[in-house]
Amino acid sequence: MSHLQAAAVKKINEICDRYVDEKTPLMMILSDIQKEYGYIPLEVQEIVSERTGISVAEIYGVVTFYSFFSLEPKGKYVIGCCLGTACYVKGAQQIVDKFSEYLGIGPGETTEDGLFTIDALRCIGACGIAPAVTINGTVYPKMTVDAVSGVIKKYKDMEGQF
Amino acid sequence: MAKVNIKIEGFPFQVESGLTILEAAKECGYEIPSLCSYNHGECSNGSCRVCLVEVKGARGLVASCVYPVAEGMEITISSQKANSARRASVELLLSNHNKYCQQCEKNGHCELLHVAHVVGAREGMYEGVRTPVTIDKLTPSISRDSSKCILCGRCIARCKSAHGLSVLGFENRGFATVVAPAGNLSLSKSPCLLCGQCITVCPTGALAEVSEIDKVDQAMKEGKFVVVQTAPAVRAALGEEFGMPIGTLVTGKMVAALRRLGFNKVFDTNFAADLTIMEEATELLNRVQNGGVLPMITSCSPGWINYAEYYYGDLLDHVSSCKSPHQMMGAILKSYYAEKNGIDPKNMFVVSIMPCTAKKAEKEREQLQKNGMKDVDAVLTTRELAKLIKRSGIVFNKLPDEEFDNDIVGEYTGAGVIFGVTGGVMEAALRTAAWKLTGNEIEPAALKEVRGFEGIKEASYNLAGTEVKVAIAHGMKNAKVLLDQIKEGKSPYTFIEIMGCPGGCIAGGGQPYVKPCFLPNEGSDILDTYKAKRANALYTEDEGKALRVSHKNPQIIKLYEDYLGEPNSHKAHELLHTTYASKERFR
Repeated sequence: MSHLQAAAVKKINEICDRYVDEKTPLMMILSDIQKEYGYIPLEVQEIVSERTGISVAEIYGVVTFYSFFSLEPKGKYVIGCCLGTACYVKGAQQIVDKFSEYLGIGPGETTEDGLFTIDALRCIGACGIAPAVTINGTVYPKMTVDAVSGVIKKYKDMEGQF
Repeated sequence: MAKVNIKIEGFPFQVESGLTILEAAKECGYEIPSLCSYNHGECSNGSCRVCLVEVKGARGLVASCVYPVAEGMEITISSQKANSARRASVELLLSNHNKYCQQCEKNGHCELLHVAHVVGAREGMYEGVRTPVTIDKLTPSISRDSSKCILCGRCIARCKSAHGLSVLGFENRGFATVVAPAGNLSLSKSPCLLCGQCITVCPTGALAEVSEIDKVDQAMKEGKFVVVQTAPAVRAALGEEFGMPIGTLVTGKMVAALRRLGFNKVFDTNFAADLTIMEEATELLNRVQNGGVLPMITSCSPGWINYAEYYYGDLLDHVSSCKSPHQMMGAILKSYYAEKNGIDPKNMFVVSIMPCTAKKAEKEREQLQKNGMKDVDAVLTTRELAKLIKRSGIVFNKLPDEEFDNDIVGEYTGAGVIFGVTGGVMEAALRTAAWKLTGNEIEPAALKEVRGFEGIKEASYNLAGTEVKVAIAHGMKNAKVLLDQIKEGKSPYTFIEIMGCPGGCIAGGGQPYVKPCFLPNEGSDILDTYKAKRANALYTEDEGKALRVSHKNPQIIKLYEDYLGEPNSHKAHELLHTTYASKERFR
């Protein structure tokens, strides 16, 4: 844990302290850390363990159980492709494949420039607009394979990349 | 406790309320097959689905290990529906299980195999994809093979109940779930005490000791001078491997067996336990008289030392610098004994028979080697010794009782014997400290407060006007309380004994398995009573010894006269003392 910056350690301890009165604070702590840093590596779990007395193995178990938590840093834009039943039958797999092909990364991976991550999700409850894709909270309803390149371009434009 | 009326298979019973169906059924004479459940719910998470029974009115079958009995409950264990559900549960476990059972370390002790037999599991059901496998053999003590893991969680529960830790945990989800150290790292890179408690509860071969039988074979083949030493706790449990009742003392037969296995010399680690007392008591008095760091804590248990180095690196000054007894024995064998007998220590191979898996790693410590020569070359657990004996065709039960070799390092006192049980090191040290301070012997009965299985024991003795407050903890969960007191500067004690395993070495991670399903002749409360039974064996041996104080051991006195000078002398420090270093938890 030595290579973490002191400021990060302080922040993580501060997050842990937010929930000292909670009986089962772990989910809330991890959720805050995930939001703050975008991922929860083992070094960070050690700090949480030290502060809360919950074993690292237990924390690691929770982090790897819920797909909301991530061990690896995610990209600036997280492309969530729903692969639930309704989306799947409407061709969601082809959409994931197209994103993968276009960005050169598989589901769960992040592009080298740190801009994009593809997440294959289970049902996100938007079956009425299947196949659904979300990017940082923005929903793209009835997504098509042809629309993929345009969507990516929009975010690249925002970053000044062409 | 209030009673409730239940029916099992239509027959009425009265049982205590609050029991699970599994426990209640046991009291009524029914053994429901189960795997995840262990010892009064130390682990019962209903995960293995093997203990399913029918309860009238309940929706579907219920897991009896977690379902409490209630007034008027009607339970059916052996309906067609329950029988076939239990069988399917076991068959599903088997479908994701490595079935090379013959070569398995737990062959003969496997509860999954036992349960498969009980439910009548069929061959080749549900074959399909298997969870990716991790095999970890990187520690010298414990091996993990996830292909044999049934995800019952007993190991996690034991680590928690014994040590307040959970080095292992459930990871990932669904079919990818594994029980592993955080990050699926090797145990060698995790803050594991290597105590082996997890091995003792694992129902299968997923967790086992790393065997060193081959090393011993090799040394014998090379014609080395192979010396064996046995820890006190081994004699209190070895007989169980040969069908003897728990608590049978087998010192004489054990010695006879070791001699027949071809060891050149058979010694008792208890000689070195006596030596430890001389060194440790002197160290303690020095600390008291010269304003040294107090309280001083014992250092015999390598599980505890691992815990201290991982979790209390700032308290290492409190730990006695004494090596553990078997390491002292190794050092003395390869110096004093070798010199006196004209043996080249490089040609000597010291084997320790220990109730412990952490000892395997301990002997590899850099601090316990000199010029590349280890004090101890191989550590076998009590279970491995039993394997050696069985392999060689020796009929253990028919062996005569023999005595340990008794040339210059063979004598031991009752004080050494009780090292194997929680409170024993303290009692042995107090017997000698009392004599040192008062010049008189103390009656062992006067020290009764340090005996027993309370998690934390404390006592206060007035020795020649000096008030000595002592405490004893076993299992790190209890030790933590005493350590935190020290950290906060509030510890009232002068001397603390800490042993890694709950109960001390008699219930160590290398001892014979205590699995009720394989012990039909023991009482159903055997998991509650086996520690006391084994401890009793040691206290009996202590009582039978003419000498019960370490400082009266004539060979110890001679060792100091001829070789070491006096306790804590320069030479004694060189051979018998060691150092500790704080360890990074995840590497």
